[in-house]
Amino acid sequence: MLEYVWLIPLFPFIGFLINGLLGKRLGKGVVSVVGPAAIGFSFLTAILIFFELIHKPPSERLFEKVIFDWIVSGSFQTVIGYQIDPLSILMVLVVTGVSFFIHVYSVGYMHDDPGFSRFFTYLNLFVFMMLNLVLANNFLLMFVGWEGVGLCSYLLIGFWYEKDSAANAGKKAFIVNRVGDFGFILGMFLLFTSLGQHGIWTLDFTEVFANANKLDTTTVTAITLLFFVGACGKSAQIPLYVWLPDAMEGPTPVSSLIHAATMVTAGVYMVARCSVLYNMAPIAMTVVAIVGVATAIYTASIGFCQTDIKKILAYSTISQLGYMFLAVGVGAYAAGIFHLMTHAFFKGLLFLGAGSVMHALSGELDIRKMGALRKKIPVTFGTFFIATLAIAGIPGLSGFFSKDEILWMAFSSDRGHFLLWLAAAVAAGMTAFYMFRALFMTFFGESRVDPHVAHHIHESPKIMTVPLMVLAFLSIVGGYVGIPHVLGGANHIHEFLAPVVGGGVEPVKGHAAFSLISEAWAAGGGAGDHTALELFLMAVSVLIALTGIGIAYFLYLKNPAMPKMLAEKWRGLYQVVSNKYYVDELYQALFVNSLKKLGMGLWKGFDELVIDGTVNGMAYLIGWLSGVMRKMQTGLVQSYAFSIILGGLILVLYYVMRGLF
Amino acid sequence: MDILGIPILSFLIFFPLAGAIVLLFIHKDSTIRIAALVFALVEFVVSLPLFFKFDSATAAMQFVEDWWWVEAYGISYKLGIDGISLLLVLLATFLTVLCILCSWTAITFRVKEYMISFLFLETGMIGALVALDLILFYVFWEVMLIPMCFLIGVWGNPARRIYAAIKFFLFTMAGSVLMLVAILALYFINAEATGKATFDVLELYQLGIPAGTQHWLFGAFALAFAIKVPMFPFHTWLPDAHTEAPTAGSVILAGVLLKMGTYGFIRFAIPLFPNAALDLMPLISILALIGIIYGALVSMMQPDLKRLVAFSSVSHLGYVMLGMFALNTQGVQGSIYQMLNHGISTGSLFLIVGMIYERRHTRMISDFGGISKVMPVFAVFFMIVTLSSIGLPGTNGFVGEFLILLGAFRANVVYGVLAAAGVILGAAYMLWMFQRVMFGKITNPKNEGLKDLNAREVITLIPMVALILLMGIYPKLFFNKMDASVEKFLKDFRGKVEMKADLPAPKVAEIKK
Repeated sequence: MLEYVWLIPLFPFIGFLINGLLGKRLGKGVVSVVGPAAIGFSFLTAILIFFELIHKPPSERLFEKVIFDWIVSGSFQTVIGYQIDPLSILMVLVVTGVSFFIHVYSVGYMHDDPGFSRFFTYLNLFVFMMLNLVLANNFLLMFVGWEGVGLCSYLLIGFWYEKDSAANAGKKAFIVNRVGDFGFILGMFLLFTSLGQHGIWTLDFTEVFANANKLDTTTVTAITLLFFVGACGKSAQIPLYVWLPDAMEGPTPVSSLIHAATMVTAGVYMVARCSVLYNMAPIAMTVVAIVGVATAIYTASIGFCQTDIKKILAYSTISQLGYMFLAVGVGAYAAGIFHLMTHAFFKGLLFLGAGSVMHALSGELDIRKMGALRKKIPVTFGTFFIATLAIAGIPGLSGFFSKDEILWMAFSSDRGHFLLWLAAAVAAGMTAFYMFRALFMTFFGESRVDPHVAHHIHESPKIMTVPLMVLAFLSIVGGYVGIPHVLGGANHIHEFLAPVVGGGVEPVKGHAAFSLISEAWAAGGGAGDHTALELFLMAVSVLIALTGIGIAYFLYLKNPAMPKMLAEKWRGLYQVVSNKYYVDELYQALFVNSLKKLGMGLWKGFDELVIDGTVNGMAYLIGWLSGVMRKMQTGLVQSYAFSIILGGLILVLYYVMRGLF
Repeated sequence: MDILGIPILSFLIFFPLAGAIVLLFIHKDSTIRIAALVFALVEFVVSLPLFFKFDSATAAMQFVEDWWWVEAYGISYKLGIDGISLLLVLLATFLTVLCILCSWTAITFRVKEYMISFLFLETGMIGALVALDLILFYVFWEVMLIPMCFLIGVWGNPARRIYAAIKFFLFTMAGSVLMLVAILALYFINAEATGKATFDVLELYQLGIPAGTQHWLFGAFALAFAIKVPMFPFHTWLPDAHTEAPTAGSVILAGVLLKMGTYGFIRFAIPLFPNAALDLMPLISILALIGIIYGALVSMMQPDLKRLVAFSSVSHLGYVMLGMFALNTQGVQGSIYQMLNHGISTGSLFLIVGMIYERRHTRMISDFGGISKVMPVFAVFFMIVTLSSIGLPGTNGFVGEFLILLGAFRANVVYGVLAAAGVILGAAYMLWMFQRVMFGKITNPKNEGLKDLNAREVITLIPMVALILLMGIYPKLFFNKMDASVEKFLKDFRGKVEMKADLPAPKVAEIKK
């Protein structure tokens, strides 16, 4: 079955061709079968391959399949080739699995849209590109997928292109991602040329990682930081996160699939894929961890003041991605990928839930105009509630296990630090707060729904609610593949990923903050090993989450007037946060406007004035000169005679003068 | 290989000319169009065997023809192609067909003269690409100038066509006159050194010229070619010429004529004067980089679609020059590939602009908006071409751009970084333009009734899009053809610059890597 890895991306590609070329003629019925089925077949293939893979011993779980030579130029040789290993197959399962259910949901959600077949064309193309990204066996093909998903994101954000805001958001996403890709491409160049200096000309993953030890630390640090610039673009981290909130202009299933569950996690996948390189560059890892945790806190704070349900989820996504970067930044690659997976379930679900709410409320997005929906759309409520619990980190649900592992690793790994843990724990509390705020304002309390809308409120059809239920189920049980040892679990996902990303960094006792606390803990009568410490920190983080929920409950259910009062009281702060710290405005002024001015200045000032001015000036000069010269040849004998006399006079005068002096 | 008893390259040169003469005797416009199309098609079909019969294993000139033209002065009629010119010849025969197709309804007066100009132009283009004798090359180089000047001046936009035509003519002429002087100087230097009178490029390649003299001669050639490319700061004729020219004129100008400049560098200026090329590498690379960034920034602010595409050409040709002067395999191959890519994607952009111009008689971006709604098929083509132009992976543009960037990066890290930054701007100006034309609501009522593409227009664009994808997905097909020639070009270059003792050793080692 491994031989047939190419089938995985092929199915969505066929779907793309059928929907794209014939979709309009075949009609909605066929498209709504072809679209999801294409992904379904990929998913099934991936499952078969997965089972074949786990039947092999861990050390042999790597399979590469070259399809054909791609760019071949001198020493630069690349192929279109796919690679199956634990990391890629796990990603493929998540991508195709979640995609399949979102495709099914979309059949219902997009049913009345005139662009139905176009939607599925783009969606299938997206999955094809995403699969190339995760299955690639070399950096360049990964980059193809990387830019390919960016294209689909652009097309889908701007799906309703008649809306200016949608078209603008699409363009912004593309261009900001290009900034990231600039880093990625330079990283590839540097990697390629520096390995080349050792006689190894390759961008193939296996060969690069096998020879990475030939590179010196400075070079690897530069390479990994450049790659991380790419990751910041695609996975919306500081300072390149600005495109993702705007990307919510796209249809909601797109937000769910591309801008929550799959594409935006590509950066995390990339760092995990390059774990060999990152492990060699401690500075780069620290940067990754700090950017991750800073993004997590920063965007969670923006989530506090947003009133658009999709925007809240968008900022939450950025924040959660920050978590994943924190994980990979401290060397806990498996924990990062684990959270990537559980996040795909619960955040995908949250977006689909938001879509279902919008469906019920004729497109309403503002949570101030919702409320008391829990009885009216019970399935949506139930599933949304489960997902909210999962993201808040309530024990027993998937999010708890993955988030807690990240927190623990942020603290205990040898690249971890107490402050990283603290920041991440605070962010977890903030997450619980804003998510419950959204939940309470949407489903509980008094109804603030527009009366015109209120009487159409209805639960979504089965084709939409069944995917919700499936994802809700996964949001609960998805964490059981990674129950930590401290809770008596086996942490299968760690073991499974170990051949690719290493066994994870074991806690090292020499770490300053760690030893400080563990000593204090030991002095206080705690156990010598860190089982107790791990449990203690777990309890703390749960407590923080509960506090967040408690505050949300107090502010938005108990005292609904209070938030307004607080906003009045700290007006300035509220303004800054609800305007997203004015970063968009800053970027607009710094980059967009100044570049436009520069372009205008160069055009009018240099092109037209200096260059053309010189050329035309020369033409005028020549014209003027010839005009002057022409006057000498008037054709009048008198004037010629006059000139002769004048010339003779001057000559005579000259000789006379010379004779005199 | 012979066609009707005529060697294939000669056939390709003179068949369009013969066609032009036949057109003289046809009087009905519709017949003239069909006849011109048939001639162009036959020419294209005849040029195809070049691709299939071409021996990729050798770097030597192929399909060579060599006769004396003016024996007394050593002027020969010598033709041949290698992996560098092969693909450009095919590009020229291919684009000519599309140009005639896209002029079908756009040109309504003096159709005969128009078609004759086009076929005559084709003779000039093919001739210049296959000529291996400097005088012969110069003749064809000038032959191209005349019909192009007519195309702009007669069938151009009435308002400024004369200004544009004269500007085009004078700029090009200024460069080529100097080149002629340099050709003659080269001839005499060679005659003195070897005692043999010849204009044969392959023989002149062998000549060792003192570095000081090389600089002067290279300067003269380089100026002629740099104006044609055009490189910053010699580019200002291009926006005017493009804007005023009829659609097909812009297509062929962007597609093939500009490539004559870049081709001139790689065929003549660099191999004839390698030391000078090496010394001026930084200057030319920096001008290319300025062109990339400058072209992109100015392009971004253009209110006129054709001017926007014209300035984007300045940026794209900057990449071509940068790659070429990286003087390593990736850079040079990327550069040649990008010449083809630019011909196809920018050619397509001009076709596309022409198509909406024919419907609306305006090229101002602000007159459009929301066109996707009324012209969905057009939107798909436009989107694919736009993506090709911004170098998205999967399209031809990516392959060329990537290799150029890699080559530049290897030659000089700073060049690579700056050029890669240009890629961001490339996306910005193209997508912004696309958005303003295609997205949003239709605000101008004149756009509401626009008809989508007709069959002829679709047939014009399909081959372009097919090539965009084919060249993006399976570039090996084309790289195979140029591999040997590029390797030889670089090997000769390195050999010659190493031979000169006056060069510091590390510099040579640097470019070798």
